[in-house]
Amino acid sequence: MEKRVVFRSAWLPYALLAPQIAVTLVFFFWPAGQAIWYSFQLQDAFGLKTQFVGLENFRALFNDPHYLASFRITALFSFLVAISGIAIALLLATMADRVIRGALAYRTLLIWPYAVAPAVAGVLWAFLFAPSIGIVTYVLKKNGVDWNWVLQGDQAMLLVVIASTWKQVSYNFLFFLAGLQSIPRSLIEAAAIDGAGPGRRFWTIVFPLLSPTTFFLLVVNIVYAFFDTFGVIDATTQGGPAGATQILVYKAYYDGVKAADLGGSSAQSAILMLIVIALTVVQFRFVERKVQY
Amino acid sequence: MIENRPWLTVFAHAVLILGIAVIAFPLWVTFVASTLTLDEIISVPMPLVPGSHLWENYAQALTSGTEAGAAAPVGRMMLNSLVMALAIATGKIAISIIASFAIVYFRFPLRNFFFWMIFITLMLPVEVRIIPTFKVVSDLGMIDSYVGLTLPLIASATATFLFRQFFLTVPDELAEAARIDGAGPLRFFWDVLLPLSKTSMAALFVIQFIYGWNQYLWPLLITTQENMYTAVIGIKRMITSGDALTEWNLVMATAMLAMLPPVAVVVLMQRWFVRGLVETEK
Repeated sequence: MEKRVVFRSAWLPYALLAPQIAVTLVFFFWPAGQAIWYSFQLQDAFGLKTQFVGLENFRALFNDPHYLASFRITALFSFLVAISGIAIALLLATMADRVIRGALAYRTLLIWPYAVAPAVAGVLWAFLFAPSIGIVTYVLKKNGVDWNWVLQGDQAMLLVVIASTWKQVSYNFLFFLAGLQSIPRSLIEAAAIDGAGPGRRFWTIVFPLLSPTTFFLLVVNIVYAFFDTFGVIDATTQGGPAGATQILVYKAYYDGVKAADLGGSSAQSAILMLIVIALTVVQFRFVERKVQY
Repeated sequence: MIENRPWLTVFAHAVLILGIAVIAFPLWVTFVASTLTLDEIISVPMPLVPGSHLWENYAQALTSGTEAGAAAPVGRMMLNSLVMALAIATGKIAISIIASFAIVYFRFPLRNFFFWMIFITLMLPVEVRIIPTFKVVSDLGMIDSYVGLTLPLIASATATFLFRQFFLTVPDELAEAARIDGAGPLRFFWDVLLPLSKTSMAALFVIQFIYGWNQYLWPLLITTQENMYTAVIGIKRMITSGDALTEWNLVMATAMLAMLPPVAVVVLMQRWFVRGLVETEK
């Protein structure tokens, strides 16, 4: 789409663009370029000498069992966060779409976790599940569950999944609610006249019509689980125990900041950039095509 | 409502109330913990009704912080968070509204090149390029400053896109009329476009305020002095290793304080929040 009526000036558009372009160049292109450049370099232990090593950092990464494990963990983590977040939100949105009385109150009470910082969400849930003083831990122990996420990897994973999902449900909920409200009533009414019950109507009409929203949310939730959950992980498990919750972003941060392995961390950043670009392309292609049956 | 099925409506209410209860449970426990003494919290199980130490905990957190963990007053941290959130929100809106004005209302060489340059930034979150960005900022001497906290996060394409989409829907007749009346581009921008964009700006402001307030990784790297911590970082720094050593009553009071402004913004400006959320993701 283009404007028919435009203004003419030799310098004004450049002046208007200058601030954004300047910020983008200094804080985006320069560091991103450096990340790619460092990923081909090897730095000695004291940071005094660097040497061009080509793809060596990448080869080392893909031969590193910890890195491959981190890939699997990230895949599992984002799958669990996306699926549970979408399922819970869809259930709540379908119910909220049905009620008339108190609809706004329900919406208000369901969307506020969006405003909670991921790190704070992590702290809240870590406190509930704290191994010695947590209130949920107390209930679990009474029921014979040996709960200690500080030591047990799958429990740590469960904790970060719960905290991340909790924060994301409100976002998914709003999009599903908007999607549900845009479905024409006449379709639902026609099916009801034909004798289809609420469950049947949901699976044969509503759910297929929601598929663009669902697909969009799937991509957004995976991106969320990949990157925005850094705060949740750092405030709770810090990647532990024994790397059981070390997702890719956390590993790139840990190797770069804590372990000072600049080349390896930059190579991980470069791979993450490729993943983001791939996800964005997928999102655009499918959103354009409008997944529908 | 298609047909009258009372049991289904009751079921819907029940599911919603259950959902709200589960979602609100961590908040309730946090609130209760922030009104107890540390001894009451660590005596398992902690009570689930508020205690009587609300004012003491909040006053201590706000003015002096914890004793074992970070000792910075939370009041100062909240101020830092507020500065950061406001600077990011207004900065993003300001630089992107003029950039999209240039892209939509002018024809000039390299227009598409600049457009794509901004578009690419949409793809890469800060987390991905965190270490090189940190190096750049420290080379520029911006560690422990508000500029270093906010400026790198202003580089984002979302707002530019939102305004571009909006400007494209503004009728051409308005620009035509302005030109016939002899108004220059800046006059048109200031007197016509800006007043029309008010709703979009409000929606974007809500989203970006929350984004800025909730930043974690960036302030974690960029702040080394306690008086530059943001509220979200402060909570993390107050937690010492070991459940019992942490002053949970103060941590939880701080968590409540850190959640309050963004949650209030979402709840009170709900209409713009929903609009902003849906529009920025288009």
